[in-house]
Amino acid sequence: MADTIYPRLIGARLRSQMSYRASFALDLLTQVLAQWVELVVILVLFSHVNALGGFSKDEVLLMYAFAGIAFGIADLFAGQLDNLPTYIRAGTFDVLLMRPLGTLPQIMVSDVRLRRLGRIVGALAVMVYALAHVSIAWTPAKVALTIATPLAGAVIFSSIWVVTCSVCFWIVEGREFANAFTYGSGAFTSYPVNVYSAPLRWLMAFIVPGAFVAYYPSLALLGEQDPLGLPGWVGWTSPLVAVLAAVVAGFVWRFAVRHYRGTGS
Amino acid sequence: MIEVRELRREFKVATSKGLRRNYKTVTAVDGVTFDVRAGEAVGYVGPNGAGKSTTIKMLTGILVPTSGHLVVGGVDPSKQRRDLARRIGVVFGQRSQLWWDLPLKDSFDLLRSIYRVSAQDYRARLDECVELLGLQETLLTPVRQLSLGQRMRGEITAALLHAPELLVLDEPTIGLDLESKERLREFLADINTRRGTTLLLTTHDLDDIERLCPRLMVIDHGRVLADGPLDELRAEVTPDRELVIDLREPGPAPDVPGVTAVRSEANGLRHHLTFRRAETTAAQLITRVVRQVEVHDLAVVEPEIDDVIRKLYQRQLDQDVRR
Repeated sequence: MADTIYPRLIGARLRSQMSYRASFALDLLTQVLAQWVELVVILVLFSHVNALGGFSKDEVLLMYAFAGIAFGIADLFAGQLDNLPTYIRAGTFDVLLMRPLGTLPQIMVSDVRLRRLGRIVGALAVMVYALAHVSIAWTPAKVALTIATPLAGAVIFSSIWVVTCSVCFWIVEGREFANAFTYGSGAFTSYPVNVYSAPLRWLMAFIVPGAFVAYYPSLALLGEQDPLGLPGWVGWTSPLVAVLAAVVAGFVWRFAVRHYRGTGS
Repeated sequence: MIEVRELRREFKVATSKGLRRNYKTVTAVDGVTFDVRAGEAVGYVGPNGAGKSTTIKMLTGILVPTSGHLVVGGVDPSKQRRDLARRIGVVFGQRSQLWWDLPLKDSFDLLRSIYRVSAQDYRARLDECVELLGLQETLLTPVRQLSLGQRMRGEITAALLHAPELLVLDEPTIGLDLESKERLREFLADINTRRGTTLLLTTHDLDDIERLCPRLMVIDHGRVLADGPLDELRAEVTPDRELVIDLREPGPAPDVPGVTAVRSEANGLRHHLTFRRAETTAAQLITRVVRQVEVHDLAVVEPEIDDVIRKLYQRQLDQDVRR
């Protein structure tokens, strides 16, 4: 029997949000605008310089758009993990443990907010604009990469969310720490990574695999050399990195829940 | 249904002194042993912090024991949490498993999917609960707008939709008004006797025990102080009973052997006679009393269950002091 419970749980969330229709429309608009605030920053930057880390305005906008869509999708599902401290304190997490389902998927579908689609829509518009203005030698493989990149990015961001929020099982108020990575990497990935200093670059590119969200796939699409010297095929590995990140996140979550229930310590 | 042997659970509690953090081990459940047979209704009582909730959380697979042996419904709760979840129902009085913004009925529908209950079984079970608990009017109301009493009835229905063999209730009547409490107790007693659902409930309201649970377990400081039928525990720790007589005319209390204390009220119209249950029966005493005075009305008063539990705690305290 196919598992239909998670779509149902999401549907239930959406129905309850639709009962506040007016505020929903307003929220959606706010989210589109919020996504574009960052866009304004990039545009202002490019009114002073012609290139950032060797990339043109439209190329940077493409990275920004990939990162924006990926972050938007991740936020839709993994964003609920920000509520984990409340779940733990109020005992709601115990209710999740009482059910014959995994705890992580239950949390992910617990509060899907459709208004967060606003971010995705905003970033999608920028992606369409950027793709029309950069020069890409299109091949079927590149079309596939363009579609896969935001999805792989969403998985990478979600994994970062899961791993860092797991800290809350040890330190209930660990959210600030977690947000530094989740929202921090969200902002980080919108720019070419070679503009950052080396230690930050290494941390964000390989430990927290943020550079695989937008930077490397964009290089592969644009057919450009990595100024940092990594070979060209690296840009095609994002889906693989995403799978790897998800596996690691799964293990960390298991370990954290085991700690919570009392065998981990 | 439940098999518990030497169950222990420790917690590490941080005690900060200046910048250094030290950890202190606190034992919440300290070697608890008991069995619950299928179809029983057991009351699990004790003061706050006695270890009740920790025991419940271990039985339901939320927490893993530090040591000891535990089998619920044939499975090990800590290892087979999801299998267990399909076989037991859990109601926490102070945390909801319903969806706050949705109509009550929608929560039930979601739980049906979660527990994979067939449409037919679901219909039948829901109809039964709705009728017995009087939920007809509230099915389409969002949970956040329900009164506490209505919500609790919803919670119990939610826990029964997958027809669990065991229903665990943590403070099910907390904060409810008398009528709602009575309705819940009646319903629970009914599913226990008619469906054979095993009940384990923690409570502070001892009327719950009196009405629902032939068996009482008292826990304090993580240890079981007493376990047995309520009547037996009462006889064991409170040897005194009381006969209250109302006389037709005010007068002195009758002087009968076997009475250990007398308290009089209403200018000698009412007398409370205390006697030992081991030495005299109520019937013997009454025969002697009516021979001496003209009685208008009488009643035999058993010690309150609160008294029983207070005495149990006292006895434990005395033992600890002597040790």
